Amino acid sequence: MINWWNSLYSRSDNAKAYVLLSPALILVILGMAVPLLAVFSVSFTTQASFEIDYTPTFDRYIEFMDTSSRTGNVLTTLLGRSISISFLVAFFTLITTYPVAYYVAFYVKKNKMLWLVLMTLPFWTSYLLRVFAWKLILGHKGVINASLMTVGFIDEPLGFLMYSQTAVVITLAHAWAAFALLPLYVSLEKIDYSLIEASHDLGCTKFETFWRVVWPLSLPGVIGAVLIIFIPTVGDYVTPALVGGTEGRMLSNMIQTYFGRANNFPLGAASAVIMLISVALVTIAVNVVTKRLTQRL
Amino acid sequence: MKLNENRTLYIYVLIYFGFLYIPVMFLPIFSFNQGIHMAFPLQGFSTEHYEDMWNSPKLFDALWNSIYVGVVSSLMATMLAFFAAKAFTKYKFRGQALSYGAILTPFLIPEIILAIALLVIWVSVGLPLGLTPIIIGHVLFCTPFCMIILIARMEGFDNNLEEASRDLGEGVFMTFWRVSFPILLPGLIAAFLLGFIISFDEFLLAMFLQGSDQTLPIYMWGQLRFARRLPHVLALGAVIIVATSLVVMLAYWLRNVGQPQEKQDLTFKI
Repeated sequence: MINWWNSLYSRSDNAKAYVLLSPALILVILGMAVPLLAVFSVSFTTQASFEIDYTPTFDRYIEFMDTSSRTGNVLTTLLGRSISISFLVAFFTLITTYPVAYYVAFYVKKNKMLWLVLMTLPFWTSYLLRVFAWKLILGHKGVINASLMTVGFIDEPLGFLMYSQTAVVITLAHAWAAFALLPLYVSLEKIDYSLIEASHDLGCTKFETFWRVVWPLSLPGVIGAVLIIFIPTVGDYVTPALVGGTEGRMLSNMIQTYFGRANNFPLGAASAVIMLISVALVTIAVNVVTKRLTQRL
Repeated sequence: MKLNENRTLYIYVLIYFGFLYIPVMFLPIFSFNQGIHMAFPLQGFSTEHYEDMWNSPKLFDALWNSIYVGVVSSLMATMLAFFAAKAFTKYKFRGQALSYGAILTPFLIPEIILAIALLVIWVSVGLPLGLTPIIIGHVLFCTPFCMIILIARMEGFDNNLEEASRDLGEGVFMTFWRVSFPILLPGLIAAFLLGFIISFDEFLLAMFLQGSDQTLPIYMWGQLRFARRLPHVLALGAVIIVATSLVVMLAYWLRNVGQPQEKQDLTFKI
């Protein structure tokens, strides 16, 4: 046994690498690829009261897309909202974290480690608790409304703060900050400082230097940040459920209902497949557009 | 332009850190508040919610479940991640980028899709839901993190050390045990601790796959609905925040043990 192992192991780099990778790859295949195929096949079936009718059909997808029916209308609206909220979150997180990453990359000289720890520490504390903290802050009797009313700025609680898309966007931008800060910091840190000096020597103003030198060079980090926030937030469940209300519901809340109370696995599976395809399409589109843009620069 | 000072930017950064940290601080603040209303002005200092927390047997059941799931999943994830990181840092091979992407995918796709995929396969095979499928989900979810941490740590690993050991007559396993393992131990512990934290805090996979076994986040989620039970969740939340911060700082410190100064920043890729 050991001999066989040793002989296989010493054969070639390819074989050696795949022997080492096999446990992780087998887990990904059995734990993710096969289950995803199962979801895909369930999306072509029909829920008949308690049993699933396995006759292949496209009906679930038609049900999802048919905007004239109530179900289809709700589902397409939620899909559109999930995507637009996630884009807003990615954009909002990007513009708020970019200056911070910029500052740490270019101005912080001592204790960079400490700054990096501080940037990422909130990410490691429970996601559920962070969302819940925002519920305490934005709620009708929450920190913001209560303080504004005590001071006397407002007489009624601000309705738009809680159970709205605004609440979802703020909460998610807070929850995913670390995922923007790190790629941005890494790409800014890599920029050769002499390029910036050269730009100044050649007469560029601060803004021109930023716009024509720093920003283009940080684009890989920007795209990384946008995608790494956009993709997972499309499927976020906790935030819309806790602070979204009816107005801020997203597609995952509906998927959860189909796999829970509503007990309609096929329609839930079809919704999940559509979500995954939309995410893939947006990712590809973002990549293509940025390639075009960077080629022109 | 001198990059010594930029007041406006500095003030903005301070405000942003406020945005990052102040919301989380409200949990500990309210957890010491008297009464059940989570609003200002504070009613007065009290530790009643902590006593309440201490006297919730269901909470401790959920805590043990979470610790069990966290330890098992993170151990497995660290092991898988270590082998994978070894392959990526030591060899150039065909399909390298593809394999790397495949292992990262469970973390990159929306989590709810991973959750329902495991649910569908588990139910259709006819197995009972519970901690086992949660562990599988968590291993899938933690392995990418552990792998990124370990790759950063192992990139500078001197392969000559292993070759020397092999030349001196040790086998593959003893070489690992007596040479590579001790050198990489701090990084492995860091990966294990961070994997544990991820699993410990994970909610969505656990919600779909729980069966009747609750983990701590599921327990908290269940309690949020009752105004009366809410304060003790805040107390629990405050304890969790302090505990995870300490563990994460320990992990960060371990990640840099024995690393040369100039490499320390690079280990921060995630």
